[in-house]
Amino acid sequence: MKLAGKVAFITGAARGQGRSHAVTLAAEGADIIAVDLCAPLDTVGYPLATPEDLAETVRQVEALDRRIVARVADVRDTASLRAAVDEGVAELGRLDIVSANAGILSSGSTQELTEAAWREMIDINLSGVWRTCKVAIPHVIAGGRGGSLILTSSVAGLKSYPNVGHYVAAKHGVVGLARTLATELGPYGIRVNTVNPTQVDTDMIQNDVMYRLFVPDSLHPTREQFAAASRATGLLPVDWISSRDVSEVVLFLASDAARYVTGISLPVDAGATLR
Amino acid sequence: MTRARNKVALVTGAARGQGRSHAVRLAREGADIIAVDICRQVDTVPYPMPTEDDLAETARLVEETGRRLVTAVADVRDLDELTGVVDDAVERLGRLDIVAANAGIHSGGVPTWEMDDQMWQDLIDVNLTGVWITCKVAVPHLITAGGGSIVITSSVAGMRPFGGIAHYVSAKHALMGLTKTLAQELGQHHIRVNALNPTQVDTPMIMNPLIYQLFLPEDPEPTKERFAVASQEGMLLPTPWVEPGDVSDALVFLSSDEARFITGIGLPVDAGVLAK
Repeated sequence: MKLAGKVAFITGAARGQGRSHAVTLAAEGADIIAVDLCAPLDTVGYPLATPEDLAETVRQVEALDRRIVARVADVRDTASLRAAVDEGVAELGRLDIVSANAGILSSGSTQELTEAAWREMIDINLSGVWRTCKVAIPHVIAGGRGGSLILTSSVAGLKSYPNVGHYVAAKHGVVGLARTLATELGPYGIRVNTVNPTQVDTDMIQNDVMYRLFVPDSLHPTREQFAAASRATGLLPVDWISSRDVSEVVLFLASDAARYVTGISLPVDAGATLR
Repeated sequence: MTRARNKVALVTGAARGQGRSHAVRLAREGADIIAVDICRQVDTVPYPMPTEDDLAETARLVEETGRRLVTAVADVRDLDELTGVVDDAVERLGRLDIVAANAGIHSGGVPTWEMDDQMWQDLIDVNLTGVWITCKVAVPHLITAGGGSIVITSSVAGMRPFGGIAHYVSAKHALMGLTKTLAQELGQHHIRVNALNPTQVDTPMIMNPLIYQLFLPEDPEPTKERFAVASQEGMLLPTPWVEPGDVSDALVFLSSDEARFITGIGLPVDAGVLAK
């Protein structure tokens, strides 16, 4: 058990990568504080997670005999986020690990994006990560045992893609935030890194918004067409990676195996960063 | 001086500092200028922001070069306001070729987790979203002109961290992403998009107690002289800071045909900070 006795706070935990992180960290002995918005958003063109999804994450963590405090909370709202983490720490006793994972995707060329789409993206994928860190860090410092923050950036935090300028900007911003936090939190023994995945097989990716981004010449691109286009972004012969592949990296960065790893951006990208 | 002859350049944050320098240098190189500045205080900014008198001084300096000029007081956070100002100015000056997305603020000096929400939000809104809005407003005019150059003012903080200013580092990193995405999208229109990454520049945004304190956290009353020593320690070259004109030199280069095949880059003007 790599994380026995530790507590991890995970945003966007109702499904996808967030759920996978929760289950992976719990299987290694961590108790979990899980939050998710569990509601639709105006500028997001695919279904977002539901309270039932979050309940399924709870079920899967409890099936591992770990404790979990799950709350519906919005990373755009410091108060709701702080209440969730404060309640979780009160119940579970401490906080060691933060996975700032909540994120959305929408699309449009940079000059055609609506102001609402830009602002919602920056507010969730960049400022939401900051708010997550802001409410969590005092608990990690108070523990006096160090800790590990893993911020979910993207390959789009290291290189650009057309028609998602707001997403690319936000994910680059997350890299800057992680580097700054690593600078500030080093003296407390708290490590801060980003994980930078390529396309992951989740509901954020397997939808028409993403399919059209990757297959712009087709009116109704299919999953098969997307698979071929997605595969072409990497070096390894895979269409996309699984949430579990990202969770393994999160687990590594959260564990003592990475005790002297801080301030880095770790791609899980099948080679996409080199393309 | 003809490297921008008969072009029209939009400069945001043009009332003083780097923006004023960019406006005057581009005018000396033959460009007409659209000079925009907010000319009022943003609440969470701890040093005095420029005034309409400052913008008038920029106008005077540009007019001395003999080039035409349109000035406007506008907020880069306000899409409708900036659209109105730029559309009107382009109509008066005939075209738009060069964009210097330069407007920016500084605040902070507190650990990331102690920063209040308004301070974070103001800085992200001005330094990141304001640059996006500037580009969104300008790009259709550049496409109409058949090409052009956008220069986005990032920072060395767009490439490496500095403690105490997480919002600034995040915004400036994000601008690198925005720069590269725009370069990808606009290459087909012969529009180049690059970023500048200056170190400390001798402007009112830097020469104030907030920045002195960032560099001299142990010093109860840091002075410009002691800041100079601390700032110099970050550089390879023997200078404590660079001048606005040094950044304008790089901007004029990136905006000119000398850089016609340069797009999607971040160009440090940093006296070696990033190499140290």
